[in-house]
Parts: sequence; structure tokens; C-alpha cells
Amino acid sequence: MEPTAKAVCGTEAALQTAFAPKKAPIQNSFRAGFHDGIPIGLGYFSVSITFGMMAAAGGLPVWAALAISMTNVTSAGQFAGLTLIFGGGTLFETALTQLVINLRYTLMGLSLSQKLNRNVSLPDRLLFSFLLTDEVFAVTSGQRGEVGRRYLFGVMIAPYLGWSLGTLCGAVASGLLPDTVRSALSIAIYGMFIAIVAPAAAKSRPVLGVVAAAVALSCAIRYIPALHRHISGGFAIILCTLLAAGAGALLAPIREKTPAADPPPARGEADA
Amino acid sequence: MTAAVIWPYILVMAGVTYLLRMLPLTLLRRKLQSRFLQSFLYYVPYAVLAAMTVPAIFESTGSVLSAAVGFLAAVLLACRGASLQIVAVAACCTVFAAEWLMRLAG
Repeated sequence: MEPTAKAVCGTEAALQTAFAPKKAPIQNSFRAGFHDGIPIGLGYFSVSITFGMMAAAGGLPVWAALAISMTNVTSAGQFAGLTLIFGGGTLFETALTQLVINLRYTLMGLSLSQKLNRNVSLPDRLLFSFLLTDEVFAVTSGQRGEVGRRYLFGVMIAPYLGWSLGTLCGAVASGLLPDTVRSALSIAIYGMFIAIVAPAAAKSRPVLGVVAAAVALSCAIRYIPALHRHISGGFAIILCTLLAAGAGALLAPIREKTPAADPPPARGEADA
Repeated sequence: MTAAVIWPYILVMAGVTYLLRMLPLTLLRRKLQSRFLQSFLYYVPYAVLAAMTVPAIFESTGSVLSAAVGFLAAVLLACRGASLQIVAVAACCTVFAAEWLMRLAG
């Protein structure tokens, strides 16, 4: 991508300028980053209230719910972690489940690593990695040209505060709720999952196929006694995912493009 | 649940999640070339979330019936493009209403 070619036509020249490392505009404003982070933080606040409530309703102390949110900062992974903690899953299952559920962050990190300006040092990257959620990835990779360290620090603040404070509020409030409300709340997490999966499945037949396969496998493992006896909940999810997503990749490979230019779940939604 | 039981879970979850985010951002600088891997990673979130939701959702509330009604409400709203928060809240309200009706019916 070096701007060496002199005989390029207009559009190509424009593209070269847009992607050339030295001439591209650099987004390095703390204010702009902070501003972009505010709507994400507000969305996270409402989702993490549910997480705090579910954690406390299931028997976790308030400090533990808060500690999970402040160290993980990821919704699907945390909710799955709760299931494992309450179900007495092993630590190995816990690690594998997080690996499978959060593998998408690796792809996003891959894509983003090529968008960061040179002023983003190794310590900056180590810190920013901690807060790389779907939405932070979406707004950061949506910037024109490269992104600098000030923007990264700005964009991280509101989402982290929203996620932590929401969890705290939810966990504290949970004890004050009657059983009927708690029963109703326990479906909230699945409602959020459906909100991510259903629209994508309705729009894309391959996604629908992958979802159908995952559901069929998951039901088979749950309701066929011979399978249910030998496969624990954590491994069931991993197995379903590997098989369904693997079959999807084999039978309906996506078109060649930057993989993470199209962040899979919940674009612009509050899915940390 | 005691702290001694909970901390190992928290540390394992946080450690794995952090490594997944940190390693590519610090170590890898080139794009993934494998079309299979790109496709696989694209489908992963949908497969994970679907497997986690069904059939677990039907055992999440007071009764299978109330959960099924909540499930239907969520799918309908989600397909109509409702936001994450709206879908979640609507599912909760539907379950709450369904269980209230069931108690009335005895």
C-alpha cells in the first residue's frame, strides 16, 4: 500500500491516499472517542443490570457479580460463565466455553491491529485489548484512516463504567424483587440472544441453516438420554458450535472480504 | 457460595477472554487468508447463541408454557427488528403476564 505508483487513475489514487499509512487522516482525539463511547455505555448499563440480577438471583454475592463484570467485560461469555458456575462445571469446561464463545474477539483484534497508528505502543495495546467489545470494535473500525491512542482511551471509558455500574445496580436490586419477577427476568438473557440471532437468520439462509443445526444438536444432546448422560452442559455448547459453524463454513463459505469488517453479532447493539 | 469457590472461575473466565483479545492485537499483523477459518469464525456467534438458547430457555422460567410464550414473543419482535433491550424486556413481560394468567386459571 505504498503510494509509489504514479500512473494510477483517479479513484485508485484516492484509495491509495485513504489507506496509505502516512497520509491517511488519523483519528486521535480523546473527546471524539469519549463521545463515541457514551451511547455504548448507556446500552451496556441496561444489559449489565440484567447480568447483575441474574448473578445475584442465582446465589452469587454482589462483589462476585461486580468482579466478573470488571474483569471480563463481555456479555455472552459472562452469562455462559454464570451457567457453568451455578451448574458446578469444571474450570476446564469454563475455559473452553469462554474460548469458543469469545473467539470472535480474536478476529476483531486481528482486523483492528492493522488500523492502529504507530503511536499506539505495546502497553497501550495491552490495555485496550481488555475493553475490545463488539461495539467498541464497531465504532473504532468505523473511523476513517488510522486510529490513535487518545481516541482509544476516550472510547473505552463510558462502556466500562456503564458495564460495571449496571452490574452493581442489578446485583443490589435483585434481593429486593419478588419471586414472580425473578422468574420473568431469568428469560431476559435468552431474549437478548434471540435478538442477535433471529434477524440474522431471517436475512441469511446459511445463518438460518447453522442456527437450525446448532439447535437440533443441542436438543439431541439434552433429550437423548445416552448423550445427555455423557456430555455436560459446557461441552454440549462447544460441540454444537464446532459442528454447526464448521458445517456452515464447509457448505456455505462466506465471500472473500475483510472478515471482521462485518462484526457477526449485534452490530450497534448492547452486547459487550 | 464462598470466595474460594468463585475466584477460580472468575480468573479463568477473565484470563481466557483477555488472551483472546490481546494476542492478535499485539502479535499478529497480517490478515487471515483461510476462507474456511473466516467463514467458521463468522458463523460461530450464531451457533453458540442458538445452542445456548434452545432448549435451555424452556427450563429458565416457572413453567415450560410461560417460557414458550416468552420465546415466541422474543422471536417475533426480533424478526421485526426490535433492539436487544426491547426484545429482552418484552420476553420478561410476556413471561410475567403468562404466569399471572396461569395462576388466575388455577
